Amino acid sequence: MVDFAGWWMPVQYASIVEEHLATRRAAGMFDVSHMGRLSITGPGAIEWLESLLTRRVAGLDVGRCRYTLITTDDAILDDALVSREADAAEGTPRLGLVVNASNRERVVTWLRSRLPAAGVALADQTLDSAMIAVQGPRALEIVCGLCPPEDATRVGGLAGYTATPATIAGQTATISRTGYTGEDGVEIIVPATAAGTVWEAIHAGGQPLGLRACGLGARDTLRLEAGMPLYGHELREDSDPFALGLGLAIALDGRSFPGSERFLSMRSQPAAQVRVGLVFDSKRTAREGHAVVVGERQVGTVTSGSFAPTVGTAVAMALLDREVAVLGAAVDVLIRDTRQAGRVAPLPFYRRGG
Amino acid sequence: MAAPRRYAPSHEWIRLEDDGTATIGISAYAVEALTDLVFMQLPDVGRRVKAGESFGEIESVKAVSDMYAPVAGEVVAVNTELPQRLETLGQDPYEAGWIVRIKPDTPAAVEGLLDQTAYDALLAKQSH
Repeated sequence: MVDFAGWWMPVQYASIVEEHLATRRAAGMFDVSHMGRLSITGPGAIEWLESLLTRRVAGLDVGRCRYTLITTDDAILDDALVSREADAAEGTPRLGLVVNASNRERVVTWLRSRLPAAGVALADQTLDSAMIAVQGPRALEIVCGLCPPEDATRVGGLAGYTATPATIAGQTATISRTGYTGEDGVEIIVPATAAGTVWEAIHAGGQPLGLRACGLGARDTLRLEAGMPLYGHELREDSDPFALGLGLAIALDGRSFPGSERFLSMRSQPAAQVRVGLVFDSKRTAREGHAVVVGERQVGTVTSGSFAPTVGTAVAMALLDREVAVLGAAVDVLIRDTRQAGRVAPLPFYRRGG
Repeated sequence: MAAPRRYAPSHEWIRLEDDGTATIGISAYAVEALTDLVFMQLPDVGRRVKAGESFGEIESVKAVSDMYAPVAGEVVAVNTELPQRLETLGQDPYEAGWIVRIKPDTPAAVEGLLDQTAYDALLAKQSH
């Protein structure tokens, strides 16, 4: 167990590798209640978020989710999922934001500082709710098996990045077809008081199908194989999203939001370094902060690295000088006092069904 | 008949052999605590190590850890098959899972390390 942004969480229940492989082969379940869950309601909620987020919120249909960044004039505060939920009342839209645990407090502080005098209410529902991710090729089967028939049909038919209210294990929930593992699956938000019931039901229903409870360790190796950036590692306050391959998270044209001018100039002036994948022949692991070199010259820095259980070797993500960032290019990583030979590889390292 | 194992607080074990060398490995507790072992770096034969000096690395998915020489000496053998078969450490950490053999400068120094009872007591304290 470790302290993760103030949450006491398991790195693994038994083995990171076994939990990782169970998620790829059958299903993994993750208690991701540490993720911040914010609710934004009011007649002005859509216009307000539209003015603050890097993705379009205006025109977002009920039930749709989008990956977005939360920015100030000079920094990226977080990456998040914004979703439009069923209207609270006629003319009163309601939206949800799921943010990183480590950034929750400052994101809430920032958003509150930008609230208009009237028309928008912001509530931090993190402590009143819980969130369980069920991911893997059998995730939908497991989750739908715990829903009444009508809800099971609706959940089973969810398109990617959509959500629906549903009853699971007798409890009221919001279920979205989203995740952070590179697998098909869902994320389930329930009232905190229902968390134990829903967790136990999924665990009991899924175990015969190969589901395992997974900790933070497997969550990290799964997202790394899937080439997904993690705030605080790949993505930072001063990052250039275009250099990270996150250009799609920024809808600039005809829009104005905090930092939009800055992002316009980033888009027109490519950054010196770009995010790449690195693969190694060895299982010896390049980790965050290790220097990437060609000969004696440092050409980049590792942002995340691990043994990748599905790939069977060590992999990393790194920020690398643009001229070196060519697929197949040979680079070394300095791991403590020795060199580990690697090469630039495409992201993601793992693609489902691929 | 080899002497009983002694332990360092950093979870290496060492055993004096009849030929005057000493075999070193890591305890079952250490293997269990590390979990998901992926890589081991061994020293070259002939390398001299001081007591408490790192003689190699063991890496799990989570993190990399040093392995420390419980006593000073010269490395006379390494278990070259082990890095390709790290699961051996979980199955048989005290025999097939040996890591290096050294010629201790002062064999009596081994007697100053933790015996099984003292090591078990250390583990009991750590688990609280």
